Amino acid sequence: MIGIALHLAAGCIAVALVLNLWRLLRGPALGDRILALDTMVINAIALIVLIGMIGGTDSYFEAALLLAMVGFVSTIAYCKFILRGDIVE
Amino acid sequence: MSVLANLVIVALLVLGGGFALIGSWGLVRLPSTMERLHGPTKATTLGLGALLLASVVHFQARLGIWTAHELLISLFLFITAPISANMIAKVHLHRTRAGADGEHDGIAGRPQRPGGDADWATFEAPKRGTPASTASD
Repeated sequence: MIGIALHLAAGCIAVALVLNLWRLLRGPALGDRILALDTMVINAIALIVLIGMIGGTDSYFEAALLLAMVGFVSTIAYCKFILRGDIVE
Repeated sequence: MSVLANLVIVALLVLGGGFALIGSWGLVRLPSTMERLHGPTKATTLGLGALLLASVVHFQARLGIWTAHELLISLFLFITAPISANMIAKVHLHRTRAGADGEHDGIAGRPQRPGGDADWATFEAPKRGTPASTASD
């Protein structure tokens, strides 16, 4: 039962990633593209966690934690670049 | 693994996957950028929280260890999601004011500029009379 639920959740995340990719390519505003990238990072974290659960090892969580931090920092850096034209003032 | 733990894990997994999917569906389906911010920042974050909770219960039931990494990830995510949403909204307002993004906003139209001496604080000083002021003139 857990195996079915794990693969169902992984399928949901995969479909969600495709939908994010559509919004990333389509736009129309720049804010939409940044938002789509941010959501893609969140979904990638979810996929890593699911892979860790399917494989039964807890060594994937460092990768997920790093991705969570780097994804946030990159989103903020891109937004600051759009707003200020410069990242570190 | 007990039946109760099994049921809890399955319920959390289905809930998490469903919420993540709904968030991305909202990102595609909603008509304007400010509305599209709702999908990922609320639904997807909640979905990932449910998945991480499922992972905690799963590792406890299967290997008998309590892992705290997942809670760390979800805590970090719940703290940072509103901040990035705020920054993206600021970028959208800034680009709208600069006229860089076309007339794409949906039913509600473009965001209204505040009247009088006020303006959006996205880039320049919003108060009249200060250097680099962009207050309505």
